[in-house]
Amino acid sequence: MKGNGDIRIGFYICHCGTNIAGLIDVARIAEYAGTLPGVVVARDYKYMCSDPGQDLLREDIAAYHLMRIVVASCSPLLHEQTFRRAAEKGGINPYFVQMVNIREHGTWVHDDAEYMTGKAMDMVRAAVLRVYAHQPLERKQVPITPDVLIVGGGIAGIHAALTMADAGKHVYLVEREPTIGGHMAQFDKTFPTLDCAACILTPKMTAVKAHPNITLWTWSEVEKVDGFIGNFTVTVKRKARYVDEDLCVGCMECIEACIYKQGKFPDEFNMGLSKRKPIFIPFPQAVPPVPVIDPGQCLHLKKGTCKDTCVEICADRKAINFEQEPEYKEIEVGAIILATGFTPFDATRIPYYGYGKYPNVYTALELERLVNASGPTGGEVRLPDGRTPERVAIVHCVGSRDEHYNRWCSRVCCMYSMKLAHLVKEKTHAEIFNFYIDMRAPGKSMEEFYNRISSEGIHLVRGRVADVYPETLEKKTNGQIGRVIVQAEDTLIGRIRKIPVDMLILSTGLQPRIDAEEIRRMFNISCSAGGFFLERHPKLAPVNTFTDGIFLAGTCQGPKDIPDTVAQAGAAASEALALIDRGVFELEPNTAYIMEDDCSGCKSCIPLCPYTAIAFKEEKQKAEINEALCKGCGTCVASCPSGSIRQHLFEDEEIYREIRGLLAYA
Amino acid sequence: MSDKPKIGLYWCASCGGCEESVVDLAEDILDVVEAVDIIFWPVAMDFKRADVEAMDDRSITATLINGAVRTSEQEEMVRLLRRKSAVIIAYGSCAHLGGIPGMANQFDREQILRYVYEDAPTVVNDEKTRPATAHRFNGSEATLPVFHATVRALDQVIDVDYYIPGCAPTPALLKAAVEALLTGTLPPKGTVLAPDIALCDECPRKESKPEDLRIERFHRPHAVMADPDTCLLAQGIVCMGPATRGGCEALCVKGNMPCTGCFGPTSRVRDQGAKILSSLAASVAADEEADIISILSTIPDPIGTFYRYGLPGSLLRKLLSQSSWTGGTSHHA
Amino acid sequence: MNETIETTQTAQPWRPRIVAFFCNWCTYTAADLAGVSRMKYAPNTRIIRVMCSGRIDPQFVLEALSEGADGVLIGGCHPGDCHYAEGNYKALRRFHLLRRMLIGMGIDEKRFRLEWISASEGDKVKTVINDMVEQLQQLGPLDIPARRKAWDVELEEAKAQVPRYEEFEEAAHV
Repeated sequence: MKGNGDIRIGFYICHCGTNIAGLIDVARIAEYAGTLPGVVVARDYKYMCSDPGQDLLREDIAAYHLMRIVVASCSPLLHEQTFRRAAEKGGINPYFVQMVNIREHGTWVHDDAEYMTGKAMDMVRAAVLRVYAHQPLERKQVPITPDVLIVGGGIAGIHAALTMADAGKHVYLVEREPTIGGHMAQFDKTFPTLDCAACILTPKMTAVKAHPNITLWTWSEVEKVDGFIGNFTVTVKRKARYVDEDLCVGCMECIEACIYKQGKFPDEFNMGLSKRKPIFIPFPQAVPPVPVIDPGQCLHLKKGTCKDTCVEICADRKAINFEQEPEYKEIEVGAIILATGFTPFDATRIPYYGYGKYPNVYTALELERLVNASGPTGGEVRLPDGRTPERVAIVHCVGSRDEHYNRWCSRVCCMYSMKLAHLVKEKTHAEIFNFYIDMRAPGKSMEEFYNRISSEGIHLVRGRVADVYPETLEKKTNGQIGRVIVQAEDTLIGRIRKIPVDMLILSTGLQPRIDAEEIRRMFNISCSAGGFFLERHPKLAPVNTFTDGIFLAGTCQGPKDIPDTVAQAGAAASEALALIDRGVFELEPNTAYIMEDDCSGCKSCIPLCPYTAIAFKEEKQKAEINEALCKGCGTCVASCPSGSIRQHLFEDEEIYREIRGLLAYA
Repeated sequence: MSDKPKIGLYWCASCGGCEESVVDLAEDILDVVEAVDIIFWPVAMDFKRADVEAMDDRSITATLINGAVRTSEQEEMVRLLRRKSAVIIAYGSCAHLGGIPGMANQFDREQILRYVYEDAPTVVNDEKTRPATAHRFNGSEATLPVFHATVRALDQVIDVDYYIPGCAPTPALLKAAVEALLTGTLPPKGTVLAPDIALCDECPRKESKPEDLRIERFHRPHAVMADPDTCLLAQGIVCMGPATRGGCEALCVKGNMPCTGCFGPTSRVRDQGAKILSSLAASVAADEEADIISILSTIPDPIGTFYRYGLPGSLLRKLLSQSSWTGGTSHHA
Repeated sequence: MNETIETTQTAQPWRPRIVAFFCNWCTYTAADLAGVSRMKYAPNTRIIRVMCSGRIDPQFVLEALSEGADGVLIGGCHPGDCHYAEGNYKALRRFHLLRRMLIGMGIDEKRFRLEWISASEGDKVKTVINDMVEQLQQLGPLDIPARRKAWDVELEEAKAQVPRYEEFEEAAHV
């Protein structure tokens, strides 16, 4: 018999108590295996995965000079690592082991003992033929750069940055806006404790600024990401701020001195409810406390005709610099945490709610600014005509749980709607109507919060709002803004209700940021169906992505509230820490590789790789696989038209041998 | 007779193009004739089978056989030549892999004979006469070879030492092979005497192949005006180059026609058609099943496209119609 | 690889044999789950594990058929669920072109099947395999190795026409 030549193979079949031996004749299979090419010892044993079972392997490796091992037992997904380790302890390469799954795919699912014994022999034969062709493999180790990049300076990014920096790692925190703080900075109070957002957030913001281990780049965006786990090279664009961060002392005198005496442009931070100047700071506690100049609005930058009163007042501090150009920074990091956040649902997409059409229809985020003491009205809830509303309706689930818009529940709206009901009532004593579909209050203290607010005398109407229209079509002569009627079916009493209100608040849901798809591509990760970034596993790897070394924190992964966001940011930081502290990353050896002499450089493989692990090397005119990026799916291997790409552990030859072994003919 | 090396040339099921390619050596043929004795070449010289039978076994240094094997006569001749030759070289796509005649393996013998002698629109044959293998006339018997049910590549009939690929092989390959033969520098037995790297390596349009090829529809070469400088695959034209051994100097591509695969696969591939199929299908720019099917439908004849020269040498080899097989021998479980 | 290996199959009535290529993350795991759940299904399948359905080279399918499989089953993650993002789409695209080619070569479409089976669908492993076995049972054997032997009978007949050919062949193989 030709074949496995001088390769010495040990074969072991496990009884697994009666799980295997109860149905099939294990002794007969072992005897058969002993006749196969190269098999020098074939045994059956009660429990191969037990310590004595593994010892048996090791002793036989020494006694019989075994070079390959085949274990017929359970699923390799269960015990492959066990037997690989045993082989390694016995002194042979761990990848010289092949398992035969005769339990999960055999005795547990089939009844016919005689047929199953024959089938087990087929499977054993395939494994014996396959293992012959196995090559020794090593887990490659990639060193990890200890620095970390965090993208997004909302509460998730801030918390992750502080956690990592406190652990002694150097953090680059990149934020697109002129200040960190994110959406949380816009909120007034936070449920369920009703503590003021600024009170709990601003200390963390200043801590970021002060931390020696954090390099904070606001008004900056990631432009390009290269490399792979442990060794990312990231290009960050620092947009021109026109105020030198190093020279500015944050006195804000320049804003005061601006040639525009009053604000003229919609203030983004206040959701356009107030006006700001071309030189501005988003809010007083902004970090860094450095103004930014909008080049599209500033007279100097737009027309070159300004008295430059800001420069004059800044005087010898010389912080204003109209010549500033964008700066590109290239950094090396070992891990990346994405905390890019969410965008509120655009309420104009639902025309019948009248947002943008009736001046007394607000979004929840606008209300956050209105009730905020540092907001456009100093915390007074007033209608555009200056009146205090007497009746207010809050519509839950705007854009959420709706197959025409977003299917998902945005998770936070029920609770923030209750919070807004409380805050508006507190400030205006208005009569409040909350229209909800289902009241969702999971999580610690949430149900209690809901009970507390609902006992404050607000009206809870269970029903989806179907229409919003003016109470009267006639224009009020006194400049007052007319009421709108909110129409919904109250499903608890089965009646249509039409409630006239002075103010309507739309509790818009959370959705992925507009450019989530671009970000996904740049960082080479995946998105879930709704467009939020996809975690590696919803339960067991919720902050990991399918790209090693890139982690997720906060609402970029899906809607969540502040407690969960902070918890997740902590988790992402500790995953990144664990990675960095390990110092090296071990790669699974089942990667694809290109036979350089054989490659014709046809480039067919390059677009097939979802990890951009294959690159065309111009100088060689050949394709090359970056083993650190390769995840070992083998798609390129199956595609290479000239058979010049191979895959460790899943070589063509190994699979052909398996096929032939399974089907071998007399 | 001189003691120069003796060379034989023979043709089986082929078009004559391979013979032509020998003549294409042009002036070089004189050097070859100078260096060797051609002792058998039915196309060009008057030798008979009996002459070959009279030769000593293995006395021919090398015989180049072109064409696939379809008839009993071809089979007898190649077996005879095998016995008389020290080295057998399968010359050209048909001997190498089955070639164009091999596409007949898509049909059963009966289908072919019925079409050719009865159903083809140009045939008038009311008696449905078919050729007979033997016919008595005036007391003597005339015979015709048996038409086999299967077309075979040469190595599916006899042991083959080397292969020179191509439809037809280029003079350069032939010249190199003859030189190797004369100088005793032939590679190990079984080698295909051409580079073991795909055609793209030497393709003049290599640079224009995009790194992000996504095919939105395929075009047949006659249906479009192909840009003469751009990779044909990038233009949606099926080019077998990535799956085909190089060494032809990219002649078809230089003539603005796609590679159709005549040099066969590299040594690392068992089934050239399956490999190009795998690569092209994976590059289809659709995820929805209906869209995928629609794009793939722009390849009207996958077998004729991907197995134009290699069907007999492929993994399936031949039509496997259910009707032609009554099945079942002893080896079944 | 030219091993001649004795078959373990004894002369029993014919039963179809399926070679199944299952991806590690979904379908192979689903088959494990079927086992853990002790679901009983037709034993005619021999499973080969690959990391992703994108690894399945059409050559493997042809090889399995030409080595004697009566059918080939490919199992991968559902669209959108691929562990490697999009390997299953490549498998799907290859499947459709290969399927046309197989049909063209006279192989019944029921002999080649692709199914998306997620790791939680142990019951789908069972129903798909049972269903396919039943269909193959009706189709009868594909049996390419035996057919190939039958094709080559015509060669044996011709050998007789060449004087002392056997003698040479023996000499050539020494």
